[in-house]
Amino acid sequence: MVLEIENQRIAATLQDAKSKIDPKAGETVLDVSSVTRLDTSGLRALEDLVAAAEQKSVKLSLRGTNVAVYKVLKLVKLTRRFSFID
Amino acid sequence: MIATDIKERVQIPLAPEVLSAERTAYLENLVQEARTAAAVFTQFTQEDVDRIVKAMVLAGLENSARLARLAVEETHLGVMEDKVIKNMVASEFVYNYTKDKRTVGVIREIPEKNLLEIAEPIGVLFSLLPITNPTSTVLFKCIVAVKTRNAVIFSPHPKAWRCCSEAVKVMYETAVKHGVPEGVFTCVESPTLQENAYLMKHKDVGLIDATGGPGVVKAAYSSGKPALGVGAGNTPVYLEKSADLNTSVVDIIISKTFDNGTICASEQTVVIDDEIYDQALKKFADLGAHICNEEETKILERTVIDPQTGFMQPMAVGQKATDIARFVGLSVKPATKLLIAPIQGVGREHPLSVEKLFPVLAVYRAKSVNEALRVCVDVNHAGGLGHTAVIFSRNDGVIRKFGEIINAGRIIVNSPGSIGALGAVYNDLVPTFSFGCGTGGGNSTTDNVNIYHYLNIKRLARRTQNHMWFRVPNQIYFNMNAVENLRQFPSRCTIIVTNAPLEQIGHVDIVRRHICPKTHIHVLVIPDAEPEVKVIQQGVEALNFYKADQIIALGGGSVIDAAKIMKLKYESPEADLEYLAAPFLDLRKRVVQYPTEKTNHARLVAIATTSGTGSEVTPFAVLSDKASGRKITLADYSLSPDVAIVDPQFVMSMPKGLTADTGIDCITHALEAGVSNYASSYTDSNAMQALRLAFKYLPIAYENPENEEARCMMHNAACIAAMAFSNASVGVNHALAHAFGARFGVAHGRANALMLPHVIAYNAAVPTKFMPSPYTQGYIAHKKYSTMADLLGLGGNTVEEKVQKLIAAVEQLLDRLAFPRSIAELGITKQEFEKAVPELVEIAFADPSWRSNPRMPLLSELAELFWKAYEGRGKR
Repeated sequence: MVLEIENQRIAATLQDAKSKIDPKAGETVLDVSSVTRLDTSGLRALEDLVAAAEQKSVKLSLRGTNVAVYKVLKLVKLTRRFSFID
Repeated sequence: MIATDIKERVQIPLAPEVLSAERTAYLENLVQEARTAAAVFTQFTQEDVDRIVKAMVLAGLENSARLARLAVEETHLGVMEDKVIKNMVASEFVYNYTKDKRTVGVIREIPEKNLLEIAEPIGVLFSLLPITNPTSTVLFKCIVAVKTRNAVIFSPHPKAWRCCSEAVKVMYETAVKHGVPEGVFTCVESPTLQENAYLMKHKDVGLIDATGGPGVVKAAYSSGKPALGVGAGNTPVYLEKSADLNTSVVDIIISKTFDNGTICASEQTVVIDDEIYDQALKKFADLGAHICNEEETKILERTVIDPQTGFMQPMAVGQKATDIARFVGLSVKPATKLLIAPIQGVGREHPLSVEKLFPVLAVYRAKSVNEALRVCVDVNHAGGLGHTAVIFSRNDGVIRKFGEIINAGRIIVNSPGSIGALGAVYNDLVPTFSFGCGTGGGNSTTDNVNIYHYLNIKRLARRTQNHMWFRVPNQIYFNMNAVENLRQFPSRCTIIVTNAPLEQIGHVDIVRRHICPKTHIHVLVIPDAEPEVKVIQQGVEALNFYKADQIIALGGGSVIDAAKIMKLKYESPEADLEYLAAPFLDLRKRVVQYPTEKTNHARLVAIATTSGTGSEVTPFAVLSDKASGRKITLADYSLSPDVAIVDPQFVMSMPKGLTADTGIDCITHALEAGVSNYASSYTDSNAMQALRLAFKYLPIAYENPENEEARCMMHNAACIAAMAFSNASVGVNHALAHAFGARFGVAHGRANALMLPHVIAYNAAVPTKFMPSPYTQGYIAHKKYSTMADLLGLGGNTVEEKVQKLIAAVEQLLDRLAFPRSIAELGITKQEFEKAVPELVEIAFADPSWRSNPRMPLLSELAELFWKAYEGRGKR
């Protein structure tokens, strides 16, 4: 399952994505290729999403992660909880 | 910083004690919020932070009075009006300093050095706030933190918590309103010593910024975290007799009474020259200071200084002079601004000589400049090392002397110490509210702490294309009868340096005939061997005796080397040859410099009588010091002859053995310069052409010594190869040959020949260890050999084949020239050689020749090469 995260409404689309996580669908790919900057609310939404995915044993991947955003995830030690796809 | 800080914070435990689960969770949450904010902050641009900082500065200015009032109400320290000024300086002046400075991304470009400096935020800072300058320090640190994209957890002094947290709130709300990530600033509620220690050691805290007393600083530095610890002072002031007394006295009063003396850079003891002492005290008194008598001074000593600790009493800190006077029982006028207490010395027996963050000022009468400086040093060492010092003087010599003798990060001249140290008001120091006190104060910096201390500055260093050179004598005359060119060099007195055989076969007479007419000519015959110190001395004596203005070196390498050194000592008698022979790695960065000032001047004309060493164009000379048993190798372009004459008539009579030995030296020069790490297109063109000429003409010159063309071409080849290695240097072959030749008395060319095939194979193989060199692009020695093989028309399809063909061609040439093809062939027994190898390896490794070799030789590899040469495995 591929879910697109919108740059203009990151937190909202991440919350939507959280509700769509389905163990039956297998791996979920979040397409973040349009995300150029992650704010605090977006980061928190992402943390919520990954926690929910882990609870449901769903593997989460981020596709097209901007390197500045990747660095933010690295600094808050979130990178280990995702796979990254170019 | 004040005594209360010292008392309260000196006990900060280094190991966190057990905290309640609730408080631990609270602190962890603070750190996590700050970490998240700092992470998000990394995405902000320079324009983002500049916009936010401007808004914060305006908020700081708008709230400066309110925050100042809050600070005075809560701490009961200082002067509200002065705290307003402090808040404004912390906002406006800091903004003015930082506004145009880059703190995001590339912050500085240094194109001439191929360097870029790039800012990297620290992340989360833990910041301790003082009681003395609470709100101004908050404003300053918040502005600096946002400018540098960092998050800060603040821990205010317990007695300044409310005003600090309000100042943090003002900054935080403004910053967040303008886009800063939430959580960028937090203020620990009711922090305890244990909680401070916990945060100081937290893994996600990147830097501690501790503004406070020695205890705070020590705790910060002991935490194991990077820390900016900025602590106590004890500012000495020298009021020197040439000072403008009106300005000086007013400045001292301004400074010492500013915020009731709470700034730790404020004046503590004023040392006044005897000549102006009475006048100065009168001015202080006229402007509202109370000058204490002996009895009043003793009262102050007993009351405002704690007799147990020797530190100031907390009750006095930041209080008005009149309040202090009333409290201790002194009778002063109601408008008294400052209490001045004369002291007789510095130290525990003179209690008022310590830091006093209140308007009590010690004064000392000095009978001389020397005494005044000595007392200032004493004050400086009585708790003020690294902090601040002040001098009032119009004598620049005294000001400089004061600057040199006093250990203080800020030495303020002719201006108020406290406000002067803050920077940007009275001078161009960086504005700050944290004074680095250097190692004297247990700090890592003497700077006024600023934006650059809140950044990791990364340096992106591009590979530098180092400039290279090609330096040879200005004039080189070559081909048959080139010696005729001597005539064009006017000379009053010429010394011909040569050796006996050359004189006997008539070479000296040929030269004489071509020297400019009317020149006084003297011939100095020296032994036909490596020059010794004694020979050089005799030569220099002759040059001085005749006041020679031209030296003609007629001979092989030894004679020309001798003449080079004679010229050096003649022109620069003080030149110390042993000193000049000091080893170096890179000619441009060598430690010793050859003399440039000359007492005499002489033109050096080198006429080569062998075709190999190329000494007529090289910047090298070797001297043998028999007394010490050492060889002194000199290398400098100032040694290069001024004129080189490469006239084959002087080599026509060279014996076969000498032709072969010197000829193979020439080929070794060309081969080694060709693959050198210092090789360039300039040296390559010479090395390749020399190789081509030598391969063609050396066998002919050897087999048909009278063949004029072959002699001429070989003579040119030697000179051309020498031009190559004068600029590209040689390599490991020479290092081996030098060691072996010296130990077993084997001629240089012959020693080179024994090593040559093995060294080519060695250099062409993938190195065990690459030689670091900015001059080369990758490992190319094998390709260079391959190019040489092509040039010689040796055939082969691959690089490897061509290298093998080159080795084979060298071996065939060595056979044709009847060289011994192994060290064993020289009659050296295996046992003898085995015994010598460790020493040979050591000497070869110490030889500078291999430093330009494309492959860095390991000691084991040098030994292996020696053994290959011994066994002659290269022979076909």
